[in-house]
Amino acid sequence: MIAFLIRRIAQAVLVMLVVGFVAFSMFRFVGDPVSIMVGQEATAADRAAMAERLGIDRPFPVQFARFVGNALNGDFGISYRVGRPVMDLIQERLPATLELALCAAMFALVFGIGAGVYTALHRDGALSHAAMTLSLIGVSLPTFLIGIGLIFLFSVELNWLPSFGRGQVVDVGGWKSGFLTQSGLRSLVLPTITLGLFQMTLIMRLVRSEMLEVLRTDYIKFARARGLHDRAIHYGHALKNTLIPVITLMGIRLGSLVAFAIITETVFQWPGVGFLFVASVQAVDVPMMASYLVLVAAFFVVVNLVVDLAYYRVDPRLRTDHATARS
Amino acid sequence: MAEAPLLSVKDLVVEFPTRRGLVLRAVDGVSFELRQGEVLGLVGESGAGKSITGAAVIGLLEPPGRIAGGEVRLKGERIDQLDRGAMRRVRGGRIGMVFQDPLTSLNPLYTVGQQLVETIQTHLPLSPAQARQRAVDLLVEVGIPAAERRIDSYPHEFSGGMRQRVIIALALAAEPELVIADEPTTALDVSVQAQVIAVLKRLCREKNMAIILITHDMGVIAELAHRVAVMYAGRIVEIGPVRDVVKAPRHPYTRGLMGSIPDPAAEADRLTQIPGAMPRLNAIPSGCAFNPRCASVLDRCRRERPSARVVGSSEVACWLDDEQLRRSDLQAVVAR
Ligand SMILES: Nc1ncnc2c1ncn2[C@@H]1O[C@H](COP(=O)(O)OP(=O)(O)OP(=O)(O)O)[C@@H](O)[C@H]1O
Ligand code: SF4
Ligand SMILES: [Mg+2]
Repeated sequence: MIAFLIRRIAQAVLVMLVVGFVAFSMFRFVGDPVSIMVGQEATAADRAAMAERLGIDRPFPVQFARFVGNALNGDFGISYRVGRPVMDLIQERLPATLELALCAAMFALVFGIGAGVYTALHRDGALSHAAMTLSLIGVSLPTFLIGIGLIFLFSVELNWLPSFGRGQVVDVGGWKSGFLTQSGLRSLVLPTITLGLFQMTLIMRLVRSEMLEVLRTDYIKFARARGLHDRAIHYGHALKNTLIPVITLMGIRLGSLVAFAIITETVFQWPGVGFLFVASVQAVDVPMMASYLVLVAAFFVVVNLVVDLAYYRVDPRLRTDHATARS
Repeated sequence: MAEAPLLSVKDLVVEFPTRRGLVLRAVDGVSFELRQGEVLGLVGESGAGKSITGAAVIGLLEPPGRIAGGEVRLKGERIDQLDRGAMRRVRGGRIGMVFQDPLTSLNPLYTVGQQLVETIQTHLPLSPAQARQRAVDLLVEVGIPAAERRIDSYPHEFSGGMRQRVIIALALAAEPELVIADEPTTALDVSVQAQVIAVLKRLCREKNMAIILITHDMGVIAELAHRVAVMYAGRIVEIGPVRDVVKAPRHPYTRGLMGSIPDPAAEADRLTQIPGAMPRLNAIPSGCAFNPRCASVLDRCRRERPSARVVGSSEVACWLDDEQLRRSDLQAVVAR
């Protein structure tokens, strides 16, 4: 267990270092930060002063070490575009993105697993065929089209749900939450579906095919031969075995929700970090872009770590040490 | 013939409709009876319909397979037409089942104890503590050492032979009157096979439990079974006491089959092989299904299907008359 943990954490650190390096390289190769900061008409002295302030007159390795050190302290530099610390900007925007990603993840998991199990158990049912056909659409339609379609139907035509923004938010200890007001919750519906639909259909198809596989195994046959109830066989024996291979993939899928949020946030003008990122790209705001990259990577790494641990929890075969008692 | 037999299978037909509208008959008119505490061996080449017969008895045919005719009675009561719930209670409750592969028959994610307790509580009205005690007792009964401790182990922590014992314990969880064991030793090491056979033999004696023992291994049959039924192309061609069927087989196919068992006393090159192969289900010859391979084939065999008739202490489905069936040179004829 300990060795497993250490190995996974070491891997996570390595991944973060590589990502950090890529993010850092952006400073050097994307645009000229000094020109951006001081403007075109600055004197050479102004430029040198700015270069020193930004620390880009130092040798490369020193700069990188400083970058990593600062990042560890939560200091990602000053946004070129806004002129405020990047970390503050992200902190303001992060709740919006995390709440949206969380809702989309729950949506994708609950409906993905539910529909996957249903279509596996009722393989030839009309509803299953309908769900499978719909899921093909879900997989193949681009996110922005789904978002625009939903807005058109539920906001423009039916006027049931808001088409942009977070609605009213409540400040809970610095965390601006949309969960506590009706307009906040209503605003979440369409972006959640837009962001989660693709993942949901993938999870559904994966759960379905895994479950069908598991239902064919000997231990399910033997469970039937033991006269267990269908309920116990399907949900106790089959589903648990189905979820093991699914967990890994779901981790990757859910991690990518934060990255995918860029498109959804743009479509719905959702004031999250994805929306912030798009604005930063337009302004070549390198510190902002670099931080965003690091943030998304960190999110991926953490989710994957959690998934690995969950995997470890569920599958007893991984938990046995080498000293397996065999008799 | 005082009491009703424990199990009575009569004219059982199992069919698999195929996509192209064809219907395959995997079991075609199988009849046999089983008394309490009796072990019936079911032998025959691969594809003869042994497993399907077992699955039909316990109601585990996989769709589209279905019982298309005949009946199955347990203590006189028909069980081939029960609804799902009632059949589920029979499975595991009154009829237990043991499969071939101990490595894949247990759910890897639950401890042996969890699987036992679940099965016990499904069929018997016991509290969790009582069920656990019964689970320990069962493990002791099938010969798992340190059962008290091992009950909380996962399947992968047991060896193949030990897992097969666990599977037997699971099949016995609710004290069934009948156990169907489909090649219970085939996947095991030779050294372990004998131990598992011994466990089955002891349980059968102690609990007066009947067993349908499906196997290719005539050694296992000789060790465990009282009677044996020989299947060919979905039909029983000969059924009788083990001693008679093995030592003095009547049916030409049985003779060929028994001839193909390595006999340590005989020289290896004298093993007989029946020429040809068992027909596919979509090409079963009319009349006696064995006729293309039979050295004693008569004209009649190609037209009419022989039904079982009593010959000595066995029943044989063959057109040859009693005199011919008893002739000792018949085996030689098959062998050539
Ligand atoms: N799902 C199915 N669809 C069509 N035919 C099937 C199906 N399952 C089994 N059969 C056929 O039924 C016949 C009997 O199969 P069965 O499994 O009973 O053989 P067996 O005697 O147990 O052989 P083995 O010794 O190999 O286990 C075989 O010819 C097989 O091809
Ligand atoms: S019935 Fe005819 S073909 Fe069939 S086994 Fe007897 S002799 Fe051979
Ligand atoms: Mg078989």
